[in-house]
Amino acid sequence: MRDRGLIWIGLAVFLALLAFPAWRNLWAHASAKGPEPVLPKTEKQCVLPVEYMKTSHMKLLLDWRDAAIRRGARDYTAPDGRHFAVSLTATCLRECHGAKTDFCDRCHNYAAVALPCWDCHQDNNPRHPFAPSARDGDASPERLAEVAR
Amino acid sequence: MFMIEKAIPRTRAYTLWLAGLAAVILAGVACYLRQLSQGLAITGLSRDVTWGLYIAQFTFLVGVAASAVMVVLPYYLHHTKAFARITILGEFLAISAVTMCMLFIFVDMGQPTRVLNVMLYPTPHSIMFWDMVSLGGYLLLNATIALVTLRAEREETAPPRWIKPVIILSIPWAVSIHTVTAFLYSGLPGRPLWLTAILAPRFLASAFASGPALLILLCLVIARLTSKPVPREAVDKLGVIVTYATAVSVFFVLMEFFTAFYSGIPDHTESLRYMFFGLEGHAPLVPWMWLSMLLGAGSLVLLLVPRWRRNDTLLAAACAMVFFSLWIDKGIGLIVAAFVPSPLGAVTEYAPTLPEAAISLGIWALGALILTFLYKIALSVRSGSLLESVK
Amino acid sequence: MIISRQAFLRLSGCSFLAGAARKLKAALAPARWAMVVDPAACARQPNCTKCITACHQAHNVPSISDSRREIHWIAKEPFDRAFPGQEDEYSRERIAPAMVLCNHCDNPPCVRVCPVQATFKREDGIVGMDFHRCIGCRYCMAACPYGSRSFNWQDPRPFIHNPNPDFPTRTKGVVEKCTFCSERLGTGRAPACVEACPEKALTFGNLADPSSPVRQLLASRRHIRRRPELGTGPNVYYLL
Repeated sequence: MRDRGLIWIGLAVFLALLAFPAWRNLWAHASAKGPEPVLPKTEKQCVLPVEYMKTSHMKLLLDWRDAAIRRGARDYTAPDGRHFAVSLTATCLRECHGAKTDFCDRCHNYAAVALPCWDCHQDNNPRHPFAPSARDGDASPERLAEVAR
Repeated sequence: MFMIEKAIPRTRAYTLWLAGLAAVILAGVACYLRQLSQGLAITGLSRDVTWGLYIAQFTFLVGVAASAVMVVLPYYLHHTKAFARITILGEFLAISAVTMCMLFIFVDMGQPTRVLNVMLYPTPHSIMFWDMVSLGGYLLLNATIALVTLRAEREETAPPRWIKPVIILSIPWAVSIHTVTAFLYSGLPGRPLWLTAILAPRFLASAFASGPALLILLCLVIARLTSKPVPREAVDKLGVIVTYATAVSVFFVLMEFFTAFYSGIPDHTESLRYMFFGLEGHAPLVPWMWLSMLLGAGSLVLLLVPRWRRNDTLLAAACAMVFFSLWIDKGIGLIVAAFVPSPLGAVTEYAPTLPEAAISLGIWALGALILTFLYKIALSVRSGSLLESVK
Repeated sequence: MIISRQAFLRLSGCSFLAGAARKLKAALAPARWAMVVDPAACARQPNCTKCITACHQAHNVPSISDSRREIHWIAKEPFDRAFPGQEDEYSRERIAPAMVLCNHCDNPPCVRVCPVQATFKREDGIVGMDFHRCIGCRYCMAACPYGSRSFNWQDPRPFIHNPNPDFPTRTKGVVEKCTFCSERLGTGRAPACVEACPEKALTFGNLADPSSPVRQLLASRRHIRRRPELGTGPNVYYLL
């Protein structure tokens, strides 16, 4: 058993790698608190029912995208008869959800789902219209709070 | 199943070769990561010259890939016995070349993460869609054919019957991949240098010159490395093919000159003038184009004399000249010069930047690595000789 | 309000159908958007670039000083550059520059070659751009015979000095061009360049409507288009 030392070292490295999520989060003081999106203050009714929006808002956005760009249909009528202008910044953000750091990033950072939307679309934030997207490296709560200010 | 274990290095020279290739590949990868983060601004491309080194390499390599048909067709359709041991080398070269083609397209894209859109939104009226289909299909065809025939050779059995129609299919498919690539260019109303019916024939002729030329060089190199005899008859026949194809290719180039300059139509002449004489004081391509013409003419002289063609040193020189001449002409010459002058009459120069060249070299090195592995497997099955059969 | 999935799908399907029905009515008489440029009127203010500024500001087009990488949706070109081969040494027109932009051709080569239909021909004649789908292959730029398209060689945002919050930017790696202000047409506004021109040198309208200003101009004045022999059917006309 000449390799005993190597084996122990290898085992230790393996265990360290295995436990990486645990000690990394401990070291970074990461919290297990769930996402807390800032809900709209004025509007109480989502474009579509909340359950649908929670699971499939990306499908609605893609439908809006294709309707506006490819068919020129920039007015959307919801099932309950309300009209919405098809626009990510003007309608989704400005009318209801404020800045993306208050709403979209809350869940998307928590779930680590990167969004390419903000490479082109502008945030509803007069100081930082070109807000960094969630995948731009530093999306820690401190950085997001600084951008949102 | 894939006999990969045969490609593991066991000699020092082989290890060094692989290490060298790996170094070039890594440098290319590093530069590509920079290109991913900064955008294509790190290349020498511009608003006027939107395609350059990457697409030039792609265009040239599709020709090399298609040239496998020049050994497959004589052997399988006309039973040219001399090519019996060479077809596998042609097919492996095709695999390596097509892989490089696809990589060059990939690194040229501005939004490579969206590459699957080509599959998600198939567009039959776009030639680029058909280019993807034909290249992908050709890769699959050659990989299947090579694997099946090589495995049968190792097992000392005949290959299964169903491989024959697949091989026959690869013959028109090889012609089609380069025709489709030519169609990418020859149907564009705004680029007069490309808008010529002879573009597809030119592509095929230059493919059948440059591909077999490379194959001859590879055979000579392998014979030298394995200290085994050169497959004489095969190389002689390939030499004849290269000769005829080079002659036709040069003839086609001269045809372009006549139509352009005898008609005198500015659209036809301006890009050629830029390539060979310069336009408005800009002449960066001129030395390259004349070098290409010189090499082409010189190689023809060497190839047309049978005594010289059968001399291995002169043949190697001629093949290298053909390969390099067509690499310049079909690559940088044809692709870049079509963008000069621009639709608004501007003359914008193009020169690849260092990162652009590093990425291109990295892809060439990856192609060479794939080729090395595949040839090593083929040779190991044949115990190191191109000619010996397994038993 | 709790709504069953089937009910929701039915309702949203109906709402899209209603929109489609409205479109169908319009489709029975589709618009054919076109522009008429009057180079002589434009030349009355020789150094004016108000149309370019208006367009580029409205659409967050970056101003890149390196001319090799510049992006423009509309530009001013000398007559002999915009109309190669149509001038001679005795023409008067050669002194009037022409505004060049995407011609929104009837038979656009760029649409023909795009492998993902990121550029597409709409029913109303506009050649649209879907920046979400573009893979940045630049095939459309090779195909366009007019040099109307620009590519984002890098992230454009550092070069946008006065961003318009009501319009997105683009990102690196996509092609862009004039879209005939399709986002303004829906609300009945004319394109930004047309509105901005102090000499009214740009006229925009619907070729399918015989009483539109473009039709009236084309009926009363001699006009040419850029490179008509290529069969592209450009919809930008230049008055002589």
